[in-house]
Formats: sequence, C-alpha cells, structure tokens
Amino acid sequence: MRSAVLGLTLLAGCLAVLPARAQDTGPQAPAQAAPAQAAPPNCEVPAYLLTSDSTLTHVADAVKSKGPLNVLVVGSRSSTILSSETSAYPAKLQAMLKEKLPEVPVTLSVELQSGKTAEDVAGNLVKFVEAKRPTLVIWQTGTVDAMRSIDPDDFRNAIDEGIAALQKAGVDVVLINLQYSPRTETMISGSPYLDSIRVVAQQHNVPLFDRFAIMRHWNEAGDFDLFSAAHGPELAKRVHGCLGRALTKFVIDAAHLSPAQQN
Amino acid sequence: MTSIADRIEGPPLADGGTKTASDTAAVTAAPAITIPAAGERELRLDLFRGLALWLIFIDHLPTNILTWFTIRNYGFSDATEIFIFISGYTAAFVYGRAMLESGFMISTARILRRVWQIYVAHVFLFTIFLAEISYVATRFENPLYSEEMGIMDFLKQPDVTIIQALLLRFRPVNMDVLPLYIVLMLFLPLILWLMKWKADVTLALSVLLYVVTWHFDLYLSAYPNGFWAFNPFAWQLLFVFGAWCALSGARRMGRILSSPVTMWIAFAYLVFAFCVTMTWHFPQLSFLMPRRLEQWMYPITKTDLDVLRFAHFLALAAITVRFLPKDWSGLKSIWLRPLILCGQHSLEIFCLGVFLAFAGHFVLAELGGGALLHFAISVAGIVIMSGMAWVISWYKHSADKSAKKKGAVGNADMAGGG
Repeated sequence: MRSAVLGLTLLAGCLAVLPARAQDTGPQAPAQAAPAQAAPPNCEVPAYLLTSDSTLTHVADAVKSKGPLNVLVVGSRSSTILSSETSAYPAKLQAMLKEKLPEVPVTLSVELQSGKTAEDVAGNLVKFVEAKRPTLVIWQTGTVDAMRSIDPDDFRNAIDEGIAALQKAGVDVVLINLQYSPRTETMISGSPYLDSIRVVAQQHNVPLFDRFAIMRHWNEAGDFDLFSAAHGPELAKRVHGCLGRALTKFVIDAAHLSPAQQN
Repeated sequence: MTSIADRIEGPPLADGGTKTASDTAAVTAAPAITIPAAGERELRLDLFRGLALWLIFIDHLPTNILTWFTIRNYGFSDATEIFIFISGYTAAFVYGRAMLESGFMISTARILRRVWQIYVAHVFLFTIFLAEISYVATRFENPLYSEEMGIMDFLKQPDVTIIQALLLRFRPVNMDVLPLYIVLMLFLPLILWLMKWKADVTLALSVLLYVVTWHFDLYLSAYPNGFWAFNPFAWQLLFVFGAWCALSGARRMGRILSSPVTMWIAFAYLVFAFCVTMTWHFPQLSFLMPRRLEQWMYPITKTDLDVLRFAHFLALAAITVRFLPKDWSGLKSIWLRPLILCGQHSLEIFCLGVFLAFAGHFVLAELGGGALLHFAISVAGIVIMSGMAWVISWYKHSADKSAKKKGAVGNADMAGGG
C-alpha cells in the first residue's frame, strides 16, 4: 500500500507537468484545424447504420397522398445548437426533406425538453401530438437519463410507455439515441441507456436512428475529431449538418419511398 | 495433502448455471471444509487476476486497438467477473485459514483492516478523479457537447458530493469495482463463518440471495440518483462461489470438470456467446439473430450479474482449468512474470490502473488522440503497472523483510497485496 501511494504520487507529479506541455502545442492546433474547416465535410455513413426493418407507414401515406408531412422533433439540448438553431439537425432535416420531396409540404417543429428525463417527457408526448398533429415524431432521448444515472429499468419503461402512447395516437415514431461523446466517456455511462433504447425500438418495431454509432464511425474514420477540446461552434454546425443529411436518408428509406416519389 | 485445490474454478454449466450449481450443492453431503496448507502459490490465480487487471485498465481507456483484445468483445462476461471470483477465492483461502488457526475474532479483525485499506485506496482515487474532472470542466468548451457537460454540475456543490463519495454513494464512472469489493469483504467474516459450518449451505444461501435479488429487484441506491453499478446483492454470488471453490468445492468438482460432456457444453456456449457478440460489432449481421431469442435474451445486465454472464464466466473457467494445468511450466516463464506479479498485488495495481486510465484520458485529450498515441498510452500503462508490481514485490521480499524479521505480511500478500 505504502509503495503504491508513493508511486501514485510520483505519477500525479507527471500529471501536473502535462498542462504546461499542452499549452506549448496549443497555438499550433487551430492553424492545423483551419483548412479542414473550410473543406466541405465528408461524412459518409455506412449503409448498415441507416437501414431499419421497421416501416414508417404514416409517412409513406402522407407522401403518397401529397398531403402535408408534419414532423415533430422532441429532444433535449443535444437536438439544438445554442444560439444557432437553424444549423441544428432538425432544421437541416426539414430543408433536406423539402428538397427530396418537392411535391409534399413539409413542416417541422421542435419541442426542446432541456434537462428532462424520458419519464418526464413521456407524459407530455400525447399533449404535443394533440397540439401539433404530426405525421412523424422523432424522439431523441437518453442523454439526461444517463447523466443522472436513472435506473435503466425505469428508463426503459418510460420510453416503452411513451412509444406505446404515440403509436396509439396514430403517428410514426423514430428514436434517436445519445451522442457519441468521447470526452465525457469517463463521466457518463451511456451503454445501459443505449441498450434499452435498442431493445424498446425492437419491441415496438420503431426505427432507431443510431446517432451514437454514426458519430463514433465519423470519429474513427477521421471525418470529425470529436475528442479534441479546441472547437468553436463550427464543428457543431458541421456535425449537425451531417446528422440532418443522414436522418433524412434514414426517414425516406424507412418509409420505403420509391425513387419516383422522391426528387 | 491437498494442494490449493486442483481445479480453481467452477462447473461449466451452459445455461441456468446458478440453478444447477445449487442443485449440486444440495445433493452433495457437506464435509467440514478443508483448508489446503500454505504450500506453493497457485500461480494460475495470480496470472488470471493480473490479466483481469490489464483488461480492466484497457477497457477503462477510450476505445483503441488493444480494446479488441479484451474478452468482453468476444462473449458476455468480462474482466470484472474474473477479478471478483479470484478475489473471493484468495480472500477465502487466506482468511479462511486464519479463521481456523486463530479464530473468528482475529480473522475478522484482519479482514476489517483490509477493508479499511481498500476504502482508503478508493477515496484516494476519488481525489484524483475530482482533480481531473475539475480540470476538464474549466477547460472544455464545445457547443456540440454543451448538454453532456452538464455532468460537471456536481462540482457546484462539493460539500454534498464529497460526503456522498465518502459514504460510497457517489461513484464516478469506472470507480465502481472497489466499493463492491469493500462491501463483499465486509461480509467475508460472516461468509467464512457460515462456510466453516456448512460450505454447501452457504453457497445455496448465496444462490438464494441472488434469486431473491432478481425477483424483488433489490439494489443499493446511489447519489444523486440511480443505484450501484455493480449490485452487491447479485455480485456476491461470484465472490461466494470463489470462496466455496477455495475451501473445498473445486476439489470436489474435479470429476465434473474433467468430463468431456462438460467441456463440450462449455465450448458450445462460448461459441454461441461469441456469435451473439459478433452481431453487436457488426450490425450488418443482426438479421441473423432470431427476434424471439433477442427479446428473451436482452438486455444482458452487468449491474445484476446476468445469468448469461455468470454462465459465460463458468464456461471460460472450465475450459481454462482443463487446458491450463496447475503445473504448466509456462507459469514460471519470464514472459508471464509481469502478469503474475500484477496479480499478486492486485489492490495496488488495480488503483494504479484506474489512475493511469484517468491520466491516459487526460493525455489523449490534451494532445489530440491519434490511434498511435492511443496504442502507446495503453502499452505504457501496462508497462508502468508491471514495473510498479515489481517494485512492490521487491519491497515485500527485500525491504520489508530486512526491516522486521517476521510479521503478518506474508498472508495478506496472498489476498492480493498488503
């Protein structure tokens, strides 16, 4: 024990030296990042991350009848970018859906539920649906629950009830899970919540947009460096742009729209 | 003279492992426990505990190449199971003998001293964690993760947080194993006392507690909300099972373990688990999984030590025991020496590993994590852990020995450090 403490103290000393070194390399980092920001983001998503066995029948009907396609995004703070909401993925989704489905009027609204757990949100879903009359509800959830380490069983029951209520209200549902956040991996344990979301999506036959896996793929493929601390709002905007694009493809594929119905 | 149990681990029951384990326990008549004499060390235990420590370290780092070598990617159970089982085994072995030789009071006193050491180690790690997280909180500005950064809010009320941490109710991610170990060790005197009376009944009681936990959903609450990430009511099963194996079970299970039927069941189960985990890594394959099976099987909870995980550990253990004989010459080889040394000083090396994982995270964050740096940090961590184990070993055998000619150091050493 004594010797271990000694060793750890020595290592803590090494740790203390690190910030100084980090500052040395600091000024170079933005210079390297600048050209990358100018280039258009390359954020391919492998096909298997965008396929789902489940079908969005109401969306398909709406597109077929050229009726309005109303989308409601219910999510927490990671569904927006503070002070530039128009660059966040919901806005991108709307723009791209309009582009892909020129004959269909597409509306989209966002219900931001900052700091609310799935249980808090689930109770309000029906109210939202009555107010907005959406065809499709996109429910982004899990982050708040993971941060507060809500009992995964309670979490699972909450999304289970929420989805059941939405399906009963006659709307299509897409689930979105947590962001991949390598920097907070040591502090937030996401896996029980990711698992729960996957299980419930399967049980209710609801397509799951696996934001976590997609973002991790981008990070590993080198499209985005999600680990680094030195990023302004630019990175957030580019990531959201890519998420919006992937989500558009995901929704259109899950509605099984034939190319003729698309642009 | 029975050596430290011919077989170190349990029966490879494919599914419903716990149920059958209790049946076995009920059927066999319970002889008084036999504590093997303090002969040579069971190096396989040290080897696999050392391996578990390395794997835990790698799993605590962000995903990198080495992560693909950790067993959790190829089956249901992971290094935690190995660590807790072997801890139960060695603790029962060391303190069980103490209980027979010196009585209940003395052995309890020694166990409590050990619990205190683990507690202090945990608090020490917590301070390091606080330092790291405070640093990240003040430096990290990324609008993409403004929500996730809310996790730092606990820093706004350090009075509550620190007291909850001292009560073991507030535990940051990756700091869950030691509190579990503390609780299990606290109950070790009771476990040993019961085992001295009837080992098989104790194991049956442990299985019963496990079943009751699942049935009534028992858990320990945590701060600010939630529950212990490793539920002690469920995980005690592995610890008690380890103790049971140490005290007599392993020897009596020799026949089951050497039967080819057992081996094939274990193999089949491992292959099944491997195939299932492959569908996690390659979602392209998930269409191969029958939906009914998925709905029955998932989620495989780690918190409550899912039966599938426990069975997976048993299968691994059975195969290991079968193909790695106690007297395998490789155990003495210099190549396995670092692993064995780490396993022999598990508490210190475990703490060091958690610390190094924090530090590694920190370095990656500061220098921008490339794959090469990731790899270098993992390897450096393992080298540091091995080096430290060697230094501790030197203290034990040279520095301390010359300081006091004889002492109670030797035995605690076998329980995984002094």
